[in-house]
Amino acid sequence: MNHEILLAGFGGQGILFAGKVLAYCGLIDNRELSWLPSYGPEMRGGTANCSVCISDEPIGCPQVIDPDLLMVMNGPSYDKFIGNVKPGGKAFIDSTLVEQKCERSDIECFYVPASQLAIDNGLEGSANIILIGKMIKESGIFEEQTVRKALEKIIPPKRAHLIEPNMKAVKIGMDF
Amino acid sequence: MERNLMKGNEALAEAAIRAGCKCFFGYPITPQTELSAYMAKRMAKAGGVFLQAESEVAAINMVLGAASAGVRAMTSSSSPGISLKSEGISYIAASDLPCVIINVQRGGPGLGGIQPSQADYLQATKGLGHGDFQVLVYAPSSVQEMINLLTKAFDMADEFRMPAMILADGLLGQMMEPVEFPEAKTHQIPKPWATNGTGMKRKHNIINSLYLTPEELEKTVLDRYKRYEVLENEHTEAETYLTEDAEILVAAYGATARVAKSAVIKAREAGVKAGLIRPITLWPFPKKEIVKASENAKHILVTEMNMGQMVDDVKLAVECRVPVSFFGRTGGMVPKPSEILDKILELGGAE
Repeated sequence: MNHEILLAGFGGQGILFAGKVLAYCGLIDNRELSWLPSYGPEMRGGTANCSVCISDEPIGCPQVIDPDLLMVMNGPSYDKFIGNVKPGGKAFIDSTLVEQKCERSDIECFYVPASQLAIDNGLEGSANIILIGKMIKESGIFEEQTVRKALEKIIPPKRAHLIEPNMKAVKIGMDF
Repeated sequence: MERNLMKGNEALAEAAIRAGCKCFFGYPITPQTELSAYMAKRMAKAGGVFLQAESEVAAINMVLGAASAGVRAMTSSSSPGISLKSEGISYIAASDLPCVIINVQRGGPGLGGIQPSQADYLQATKGLGHGDFQVLVYAPSSVQEMINLLTKAFDMADEFRMPAMILADGLLGQMMEPVEFPEAKTHQIPKPWATNGTGMKRKHNIINSLYLTPEELEKTVLDRYKRYEVLENEHTEAETYLTEDAEILVAAYGATARVAKSAVIKAREAGVKAGLIRPITLWPFPKKEIVKASENAKHILVTEMNMGQMVDDVKLAVECRVPVSFFGRTGGMVPKPSEILDKILELGGAE
């Protein structure tokens, strides 16, 4: 199964990090993959986005234009990308920050109040990972344990204490 | 072998260290900066020198100095910075010194933008400074290939005593892909010409690019062009994909070749016999590879992130036997697979 994933939101919400988690999951599962960040002026205060391709074939164009999995964490990103989701695709929306509701009937939308859930659980700044949890649950793209292995690879040993809170955020997303 | 995830810029830096690069001189510029940052962190631990110069001009002249002493030296920049380096590159070529120069291209001209571009093709392949000279130009299209070509660039630069350039772009520099580092396959050859001390045992070596006697200067240029001829005959490289029966042959290099490949696959699904030729060496240009790949072609489509800078090279390679069209985006825009596909279908006569 091939996936073209687009993650978008404000700079500082951990969009690139969330993309990295997916990319490392792909690495651990021995898939072909690419991770491409936006690196323009948008990452200095505006919207940030990140393209991740996971495939069984070598990746051609690494820039995701029509995602089959979309994760959005602010209104402008929702407006910009919701129309591009492939028919049959899935969108994961932080409904604490995105007020809009999607009227498309050819895609499936999951409204997760991720930012609020993060605050309620003492996991400020982990809304991105809560959405990743929801994404892996609903798409079946990766196992929970793969995400743990990915986090162990990304998070340096001296910050290893951050792995458990991140896994808690994954679980919250999966259970929502 | 363990797969790791690395950004193109970081992979180039790590590959250089593994290829025995001992001196790196840089100056920050987007979208190349991670390369310098990686070198700043790792070079000292690897027993080499990292130095952030006061300008691009200073950095390239430091490369000239280090290369004169016979060590592997490298600099990296992005488009506007490469223009600043061009005087030094000409001096290095004229002094028959090996070195590696990396250009992670961004949109131009002028300060331009910071998004991916291939608009320095002509500069790299035809005029990277004043005077009669060439540099080797390699165009990787994946992070793994950046590693492989960088190692090769150092070896070839040493063997042919000339600068080699990795012509990348912002997309390749910024993206992460799984990579493997092969066991060091680089081979360093003796450099009897280096100015690294006579030990009172031999005559002084002199590194120079000034020849006031025209007869003498002409001879240095002719000698250099003999080496260029060997390169043009024996060291061109290109990758082909579905070219054997291709009626529409797409020619693209670097990041654009990846987009073009996606379009070729879709065109085949739509019943158009499309194929892709991807030049890996941009100089020497893979003429015979293009001739072979275009044997059954009714049309060649060149696609680049510029205004068509490779088109003339392709036309000359096929001696205008096959019509050549162009599709490109510029200024930092990356073509979409669907845009290239539309052009292929149009040329292929599909509805």
